[in-house]
Amino acid sequence: MDTRSYMPVPPGVGTEENVFSLDDILLSQERLPCRTESVFPGLGFVDKSSDSRHIPEGTKMEIPLWLAKGLYERKRRVISVELPRVYREGWRTVFGADANVVDLHTMGPYYYGLGSQMLHFDSPENSEIAQCVLQTFIGRFRRTMDSSQNAYNEDTSVLVEKLDCLERALFRAGQSGLNAFQLWEKGLASHLTASSLVTNYRKRKLADLQA
Amino acid sequence: QVTNEAKTEGKSELIPSIKFRHCCLLRNQRCITAYLYDRLLRIRALRWEYGSVLPTTIRFHMCAEEVEWFNQYKKSLASYMRSLGGEEGLDITQDMKPPKSLYIEVRCLKDHGEFEIDDGTVILLKKNSQHFLPRWKCEQLIRQGVLEHVIS
Repeated sequence: MDTRSYMPVPPGVGTEENVFSLDDILLSQERLPCRTESVFPGLGFVDKSSDSRHIPEGTKMEIPLWLAKGLYERKRRVISVELPRVYREGWRTVFGADANVVDLHTMGPYYYGLGSQMLHFDSPENSEIAQCVLQTFIGRFRRTMDSSQNAYNEDTSVLVEKLDCLERALFRAGQSGLNAFQLWEKGLASHLTASSLVTNYRKRKLADLQA
Repeated sequence: QVTNEAKTEGKSELIPSIKFRHCCLLRNQRCITAYLYDRLLRIRALRWEYGSVLPTTIRFHMCAEEVEWFNQYKKSLASYMRSLGGEEGLDITQDMKPPKSLYIEVRCLKDHGEFEIDDGTVILLKKNSQHFLPRWKCEQLIRQGVLEHVIS
């Protein structure tokens, strides 16, 4: 869909998610290591490795962010959430040393998003986590911006493979700005084109005919 | 509300499970509404991308409520456009790219039959024929893939 007319709900900023943002829905699907602090009667079927009817207290499970956020309470009666590896002390020092080296796509593609959401769980390391996420972004931003503004008409997969989702969105924005500028320079800014819907449909039809 | 009942009846150990199920229900609701809302955003974009008459292949994939929503959106947009620019209104879905000339060179990509321009002349739009036509008449046909804007 042509990005000018289709304006999807963007992801939320900071610790707030946007309810209708598809990006935030995917983000909140990420799993976190947790420990149950109370019994969950009748829900034994959720934990596939156990046979009991209930989930006993002290079970360690990986549950998705949306469930962790929903169950977590400050008084901590229900669950406690552990920090995923990327946000712990060890990795924090790596980011502090050189943030550009890290492959943020394999370290959980939603590093910044999940990092911001982790602040909901009142970990004693919250301020360190927040600082680390921020400094990592600052450290990596320049390279992302630079590459997105200078890669014209070439295969960008190498540039993009180590970026997390937020950085990829920034990269795409940079690329579309660059492409628009190049079109303008060539005098094609007023060139009328078919809607992307039509061109995609035609491509699909051709593929069907060839099949 | 169910949680309060559990508390009063002394079955408070059920509360974690109630919360669990409730989170799941909310999650399903969120996913469904986000999906439906995204569909509406795309349908709205169709009015701008394609025009006020949708191709049958697209309409086939829309539910009755979505078709109704599209019609209402069209009406709102049309009455807004009529309210702009004095007597005749202003078609803001035209000139989406800054125009450089009044007339443009176009090539016909598929047979489209007869086409009347403002001074009464009738042009036959046959595949591969080229014409020099007023920009404002061609814009929608270019968007729909019937004509191609030729730049020399």
